[in-house]
Amino acid sequence: MQTSRLQTAVLIGPGLGWLALLMVVPCGLVFVLSFFERGVYGGIDYVFNFGNFARAIDPLYLNIFFKSARIAGLAALIALLIAYPAAYAISRAPRRHQTPLLFLAILPFWSNYLIRTYAWIVLLNREGFLNQGFELLGYQGEPINMLYNDGAVVLGLVYNYVPFVILAIYSSITRLDPEIWEASQDLGATRFRTFYRVILPQTVPGIAAGLVFVFVLSIGNFITPDLLGGGRVQMVGNLIYDQFLTARDWPFGAALSFVLIGIMMVLLFLQAVLANRAQGGGRG
Amino acid sequence: MADAPGAGGLFLRAHLYLVYVFLYVPIGVLIVLSFNEAGLPTAWTGASLKWYGALAANETIQRAALNTAIVAISSTIIATTLGTLLALGVEMRQKPNAALDALLFAPMIIPDIVLAIALLAFFSLIKFSLGLHSIVMSHVVFNIAFVFAVVRTRLRHFDFSVIEASVDLGAGAFTTFRRVTLPAIFPGVLAGALLALTLSVDEFIIAFFVAGAGPSSQTLPMQIYSMIRFGVTPEINALATIVILFSFTALFLSQRLNREVLTS
Repeated sequence: MQTSRLQTAVLIGPGLGWLALLMVVPCGLVFVLSFFERGVYGGIDYVFNFGNFARAIDPLYLNIFFKSARIAGLAALIALLIAYPAAYAISRAPRRHQTPLLFLAILPFWSNYLIRTYAWIVLLNREGFLNQGFELLGYQGEPINMLYNDGAVVLGLVYNYVPFVILAIYSSITRLDPEIWEASQDLGATRFRTFYRVILPQTVPGIAAGLVFVFVLSIGNFITPDLLGGGRVQMVGNLIYDQFLTARDWPFGAALSFVLIGIMMVLLFLQAVLANRAQGGGRG
Repeated sequence: MADAPGAGGLFLRAHLYLVYVFLYVPIGVLIVLSFNEAGLPTAWTGASLKWYGALAANETIQRAALNTAIVAISSTIIATTLGTLLALGVEMRQKPNAALDALLFAPMIIPDIVLAIALLAFFSLIKFSLGLHSIVMSHVVFNIAFVFAVVRTRLRHFDFSVIEASVDLGAGAFTTFRRVTLPAIFPGVLAGALLALTLSVDEFIIAFFVAGAGPSSQTLPMQIYSMIRFGVTPEINALATIVILFSFTALFLSQRLNREVLTS
């Protein structure tokens, strides 16, 4: 149908304008800010230099990046191992059950992140639910402190992001031709072999999407390391937070944000390439 | 297409149930605890609404709840309007535009903390005052993207020729929108609005950065954060229960209106 340029402009203009003014411009500003430096008395000295980026790769900060990447990577892997069989089970359920089952799995993902994280404090702390349970089971020693370590942070991230990975895997499984199962079994493959040789390779884009998503959301996470790491586990998100609200070094915080966005864009790009390749190859 | 439940099928099903247990037990524990008279997980001293009463009497919380309602409703109205128009405009153009898609996808994937500092830096550079209005403006940014995505999936099944037919029959652009387009996409719009509402009610980091100083622009998540961070009081379980049940209800309605909202 014919749509005039004017009509399109009226429809798209306000929304794009909002995003341009309150997302593109602020992010551009952060980019520019990252080339300046903190003034002696706080504030910003407008002297162009690469000092912040040099500082970002100082071993002190580089270690925080590596540590964040390790925690985020571990969370992504564990989330995948939990989510894949769950998504596969949903895709094999009777058709009319699939949407409710999927909805039930994804529902927590959209609810309050702070509260979902807090729930784990209630479960894991020294007087918490799990320690009570151990006591009931006859455990007599000191209560176990399960909070404020890397493991608690990984657990919190896995808990919060598993639903999304289930969704990503489920949609890549349902995109497959339903006859693929029968075809493979008609050719004599066992159920396990069908999965391993036929289904798994074709769901690589879903796996990649799930992994990248969890990794990206985890590495820049602030709430989980703050609450479940209790200040003892510092990740990039907390570091940026500190630069802005505690150290008052905005230019350095801005540089760290851009390193983070850079890592994110590279990963998303790789994932898109992988998805495209799989799509092209699938038709052959 | 269901598999006969062999050993593998049974294992898969058991695993799925365990995943639901993993997802819902922590939330369930909070809800049960909120009715515990003692208020602590250490002992169950009987069912009571005591903590809900304490919540109702807490003026700080009431203030925060009111602020959250103002922020969520305002940002939802703005984002739903702009996001719906965007979806209509993009789908009517029918020319794919990768840059546009990336721009509209960015708010969903950009780390909260980065958007938060960017907005704070921006507002302070232009010396814009901080308060509830700056939270609203910031929440609209990510909410536009979600409303856009939801309404757009709805428009995939929309036959744009009915708009043409309406115009051919002499209806003006506004009448056509109100009588033809809007009724057809309304479930999608409402579903998007409900999603936006929950996201805004729950959002913490961005609000925390752009709220400015002082208690006048504290929102519920900011209140919840300080309750968690600086000493857990039993009231928080009651508050958490209300907030979670609110989200679940809104999301359930959203999914009922438009089956593809959360599961696509």
